[in-house]
Amino acid sequence: MRPLIVIRRTPKIDFMAWHKVGFAFSLLLTLSSIVLFLTVGLNYGIDFVGGTLIEVRSTTGPANLAEMRQKLDALHVGEASLQGFGPPTDVLIRLPRQPGGDAAQEQVVQLVRQALGTGVEYRRVEVVGPSVGSELIRAGVIATVLALFAIAAYIWFRFEWQFGVGGMISTLHDVVTTVGLFALLQLEFNLTTLAAILTVAGYSVNDTVVIYDRVRESMRKYRTMPFRDLINLALNETLSRTILTVSTVALAVLSLLFLGGEVLRGFSIAMLWGVVIGTYSSLFIAAPVLYYVQPNRAAIARSGEAAKAGAPGTS
Amino acid sequence: MLYFANWKITLICAVCALGLLLSLPNLFSPSFLAQLPNVLPHKQVALGLDLRGGSYLLLQVDVAAAQKERLNSLIDNVRNALRDANIGYTGLEVEGDAITFAIREPDRIDEARQALRKIDPDLTVEIAPDGSGTMRFSTVATEARRRQAVDQSIEIIRRRIDETGTKEPTIQREGSDRILVQLPGVDNPEHVKALLGRTAKLTFQLVDTSVSLEDARRGRLPPSDEILPAADEGRGVRAGSAAYVVRKRVMVGGDTLVDAQPTFQNNEPVVSFRFDAAGAKRFGEATRENVGKPFAIVLDNKVISAPVIREPILGGSGIISGSFTVQSASDLALLLRAGALPAPITILEERTVGPDLGADSIHAGAIASIVGVTLVVVFMILFYGLFGIFADIALFFNLCLMLGSLSLLGATLTLPGIAGIALTMGMAVDANVLIYERIREEVRGGRTMLSSLDAGFKRAFGTILDSHVTTLVAGFLMFWLGSGPVKGFAVTLSIGVLTSLFSAILVTRLLIVTWLRQWKPKAIPI
Repeated sequence: MRPLIVIRRTPKIDFMAWHKVGFAFSLLLTLSSIVLFLTVGLNYGIDFVGGTLIEVRSTTGPANLAEMRQKLDALHVGEASLQGFGPPTDVLIRLPRQPGGDAAQEQVVQLVRQALGTGVEYRRVEVVGPSVGSELIRAGVIATVLALFAIAAYIWFRFEWQFGVGGMISTLHDVVTTVGLFALLQLEFNLTTLAAILTVAGYSVNDTVVIYDRVRESMRKYRTMPFRDLINLALNETLSRTILTVSTVALAVLSLLFLGGEVLRGFSIAMLWGVVIGTYSSLFIAAPVLYYVQPNRAAIARSGEAAKAGAPGTS
Repeated sequence: MLYFANWKITLICAVCALGLLLSLPNLFSPSFLAQLPNVLPHKQVALGLDLRGGSYLLLQVDVAAAQKERLNSLIDNVRNALRDANIGYTGLEVEGDAITFAIREPDRIDEARQALRKIDPDLTVEIAPDGSGTMRFSTVATEARRRQAVDQSIEIIRRRIDETGTKEPTIQREGSDRILVQLPGVDNPEHVKALLGRTAKLTFQLVDTSVSLEDARRGRLPPSDEILPAADEGRGVRAGSAAYVVRKRVMVGGDTLVDAQPTFQNNEPVVSFRFDAAGAKRFGEATRENVGKPFAIVLDNKVISAPVIREPILGGSGIISGSFTVQSASDLALLLRAGALPAPITILEERTVGPDLGADSIHAGAIASIVGVTLVVVFMILFYGLFGIFADIALFFNLCLMLGSLSLLGATLTLPGIAGIALTMGMAVDANVLIYERIREEVRGGRTMLSSLDAGFKRAFGTILDSHVTTLVAGFLMFWLGSGPVKGFAVTLSIGVLTSLFSAILVTRLLIVTWLRQWKPKAIPI
């Protein structure tokens, strides 16, 4: 049984000709992400800032948002935000953090239950106190920074430090622009989003490593080829793999996005963006950066010989 | 490449079979599994509360408050010790985490230190040459106390929750002073929260009838007395309006109770209780000495009622009346039976998922995963033909191994965890893609069929390893620093990466080798 679709020859795209456009585009993307983050800010979920989130389903037909809002405003527990969530019967209610400490948050749910009365069914109730929120923010930032450094360190350990720099720049680019996307679209930024961002970091660098691996191999194979051509060659040789892998991961992510339910939506959007931007950054950031930091070809060639002599391939 | 040692083949097949066997229980209902013989695996993947519905509460034990209370109770001992030794002092009070005071006669500092040291071996006594002194618990004692308070709280919380009839609760320590409570199937935890939020410290104290409330409020409060507000439960009295002047000394504490039950007296709900032998004796003596005087029944520093002692109560049992409702009487009885918390508890975080949303999430997650996997399977066949089928078979075993490992490890599957599975399925074939693309290149480069296959696997391996390790790094960090749902995602992602290394490399290769041996093809169909 033969495959139906085959890329017959290695393409000869001059990726390096586009790298300055790529750099400019990415710089713009990164800077606007930072500006958006600093000015508009993220729409933090209650995981991080504390507060109350209640998902209700009206048992008497489509939910009447205006009426619900009126009932909740009468409680004087801060500005309630109501939003349809999936089917017209479902409403997501967000209430801000109550003044006072952790104990103060608890009473809100009871008040809401009394105000909304019968006719609604409580699908989800989340209350997060202020102290947990700030801890989660700290843990999230630490995790992301550590992930960036751990990934760079691993690449450095397996390659040369120049590769580590390239990997870190492109991963940082992916993480920052994903955060920027969330600031732009004002999508809720919560714990699951954070998980998605760390996964994006892992995935994006996975893509980069595959290309770097090929660059290194070509550096050993073609010792006199100009470095620019060598990067182009590595990108072209791995292009079909890059496209196929992106497609399979994108298929999985798209089915999560469209079929996985409302709760996973933010996660899926972050992942989809991450997969696309991660692939782009591997091609147009990670690889061209190498051209500027210029790994030591002699050292790579030597390490290649050492590897060949010391570790014969296992069967 | 062609050569596969027999033990290797056996091992690979055994691992696959084991994965299949361990993942199978997830397809059946628990009641069906119960009928199976014990040699077969029964474990299913445990579903997180976001999938099965239930309530998750993160509690904080306020150890500092307990410590302060303990210091407050020791202040009398300090007063007595200094008085007995005839040492003058001023400004005796609890300040922060210490008892502070000043000795009037600086030349008697050593004497004072001697007397104070006897009070409690855990207390460190420091008195400066100018006579100002502090007493605080040593760090070792504080730490031991904290551990003890949290352990005790866990025990008491467990008793309280068990009394409510919640099935399979999980109560575990989290960090140094937090407790994580998971209540599957509870979709309105208000009652449980109300029960957990109360310390339920019960004491019997005499009411001081020699001082009027007004005088006491104006500052003429004897040092051995305190003002306690009346509990306003169900009475319609505004909080703080009624209060009692009671003696600080506790006649009998609630720790001597052996039983408490809700019952009725004159058609009103009340709580009947029984003391243990020591408590009964002390209560009997105290009531005999104070016939005709009122005593206060104090719960969490509020006076429930203050009946007058008509005759000595010697039987060791009694009744608390105080305008209860049926519910509040039965709650109080429950709390008294379970015992008092050693420290107040605050609820830091609550997440409750109703059973419908949980079922919907499973449903949506399962559909998304099935569709995602199907798309990937079709995609692989389109692009790699027969080899795509091999990759799909490996993918199937990967799924089995993932589910099997999750079941075996007793890991909890959350909704983000399901996303992790779907995502891993997409990523798992990456290893196959890398190998196959490499084989194609080698074929194009003019190698023979066998050496292309060999080189493809060998050369792709390093790349696969490197690219998978980076995902593992992210997974490890998420597990380490994440909480709840993120942890669940990290577990499935990391397990998926590991199992995909096995399935994509070894299983695929075994399939290809078997195919080569059986069919002896002339060319590679990719």
